[in-house]
Amino acid sequence: MGLIIHNNLINEEKARALMGSCPFGAMEYKDGKLSIGMQCKMCKACVRKSDGAITFEEEQASLIDKSLWNGVLVFCEHYEGHIHNVTFELLGKAKELAKVNDEPVLALMIGHNITSKAQELYNYGADSVYVYDDPGLKDFLIEPYANVFEDFIKAVKPSAILVGATNVGRSLAPRVAARLHTGLTADCTSLEMTESKDLVQIRPAFGGNIMARIMTPNHRPQFCTVRYKIFSKPPRIESDKKPIAMTVTPQMLASHARIEEIEVKSPDVDISEADVIVQAGRGVKTQKDLELVEALAARLGARMACTRPLVENGWFSAKQQIGLSGRTVKPKLLICVGVSGAVQTVAGMKGSDCIIAINSDPEAPIFDVAHYGLVGDLYKIIPSFLKELDNVQ
Amino acid sequence: MNILVCVKQVPGSSAVKVDDKTGLLIRPKKGNKLNPYDLFALQAALDIKDCDGSPVSVLTMGPPQAMEAISECLWMGCDEGFLITDRVFGGADVLATSYTISQGIRKAGAQDLILCGKQTTDGDTAQVGAEVAEHLGIPHLSNVISIVRRDESSVTVKALQENLIVTETLELPCLLCLDADINTPRLPSYKRMKEMGEAKVKVLTFADFEDQDKSHYGLKGSPTQVQKVFPPEKNDNRVLYKGADDKLAAKLSSILKERKFI
Repeated sequence: MGLIIHNNLINEEKARALMGSCPFGAMEYKDGKLSIGMQCKMCKACVRKSDGAITFEEEQASLIDKSLWNGVLVFCEHYEGHIHNVTFELLGKAKELAKVNDEPVLALMIGHNITSKAQELYNYGADSVYVYDDPGLKDFLIEPYANVFEDFIKAVKPSAILVGATNVGRSLAPRVAARLHTGLTADCTSLEMTESKDLVQIRPAFGGNIMARIMTPNHRPQFCTVRYKIFSKPPRIESDKKPIAMTVTPQMLASHARIEEIEVKSPDVDISEADVIVQAGRGVKTQKDLELVEALAARLGARMACTRPLVENGWFSAKQQIGLSGRTVKPKLLICVGVSGAVQTVAGMKGSDCIIAINSDPEAPIFDVAHYGLVGDLYKIIPSFLKELDNVQ
Repeated sequence: MNILVCVKQVPGSSAVKVDDKTGLLIRPKKGNKLNPYDLFALQAALDIKDCDGSPVSVLTMGPPQAMEAISECLWMGCDEGFLITDRVFGGADVLATSYTISQGIRKAGAQDLILCGKQTTDGDTAQVGAEVAEHLGIPHLSNVISIVRRDESSVTVKALQENLIVTETLELPCLLCLDADINTPRLPSYKRMKEMGEAKVKVLTFADFEDQDKSHYGLKGSPTQVQKVFPPEKNDNRVLYKGADDKLAAKLSSILKERKFI
């Protein structure tokens, strides 16, 4: 399977045109033959442009029996039984996905002294909650947690697995997906379920202004991670069901690592919880100019955030970055100042109630997501706005 | 100890766009660079080398021009470079990529400590490191912010886990994914560049690997498939204001008042 090049249909002129159509520069024309190198990302742009000279050969019939895999599983992220909100958001989404084919919503919680806490997962829509409760699982260690997760998957065979893209989830999900030789799609921003129980995973891709629709058609389970605040927390409905206890064996607890110490960090100035945020982008020319944006933030009682280039410049900590590689935010008000609005950035702000963008470029993609766009010079608008506010008071 | 750093060459500009009319991807015009997140892993490795002389190798997977990224690492102070390149590996997703890298690491000689950056700027998945560790059957830890101490058989590090700082000791060999901004990466040395010239890089292809089953690599070894790519949906309810800057400032003020933010 893959891309097939029919060189008999390709002359040099056509080869050059096709090479130009490849966004990744993956094609080479040598000795009258066009070939595709390993930069290829399988976007199939060349197929559409080739008039049949390049074809995509589909995968042969599925090798797995999908009917053996059933249910949409949510991995429960928690610390000492305090469940992370991303878990409830994922349960809400899992319920929607499961409904399509009348599958059950499953939840998995791993830890120690957590069985009573796990009950809460029923209240947010789980049909069955499975618990691995053992002193050896008190703290997150990659090997025991991966072993337990593997044991669960082999025992229950969930068809799709949603994991919160927290530090633990981003470490555990790939580990388990690799062990089961299955696919994993990181940081999905949208999920759908087909009638053949295939999970449609949508995420920004190739680092740019592009969305990709990704599927795992011939492997089970289908793994994905989703960041906090992408989906909405469902209403809580009291349930009196009891969690199902799973057996932990000593073999599962074998580890080549041990915890020495756990400190609770003083809470960060965490932008993902902020109600009002002012975000600076590359339109802010120098570090000194940030003072202007900070003055705006201070006046509105807002947290300061930024785009990735400003983190790379060293002006901000990575924790202040909104975007796919930073934080996802869902504030009541977000003011984007000099932010161009790459998909990478926008993926982290979609859920915001009100987005106001200030940018001098009327074509900037940020205006496609902003509720209010101000096409103008931030260096004039902000001082003028602050002055007006001062005059009022 | 033998240290190996995994790096990637990424596009200088990550902004691939979609042509609204044709739906085709538009290639960025700028060149390539070393993934900025890898610089922190390289620096952490070179810090250890400065301390005790541990040899540092660097490994990448990519097209032949990814050699440039390896050269840059060698000019920074790494001792040996490996480039995994072969058409067989094209179209690989996270699983196939991490498996290919793990096969390459097995050929690069015995390693005690494998370091990766947090993520790349072109893929943004932050998953390859953990999957490589699984394929190698060694423990890993992500979001590492400092290496506290090390001896012949173990390494003790601090790592972030949501609002916790966890100090953990891992037996060697192990793999660590280092967070950004944990040190100050060095620049390639002009002197080393002059001395070394075009750096010696060992090229690894499919033929060099232990696992000769082609179905484990590239597109065939990739469970996930990109069905299609499309431009993000646009917001049709937006309001766009143009005009004199002081008028726009007044507009901003009235929106914020209307929504009761001021």
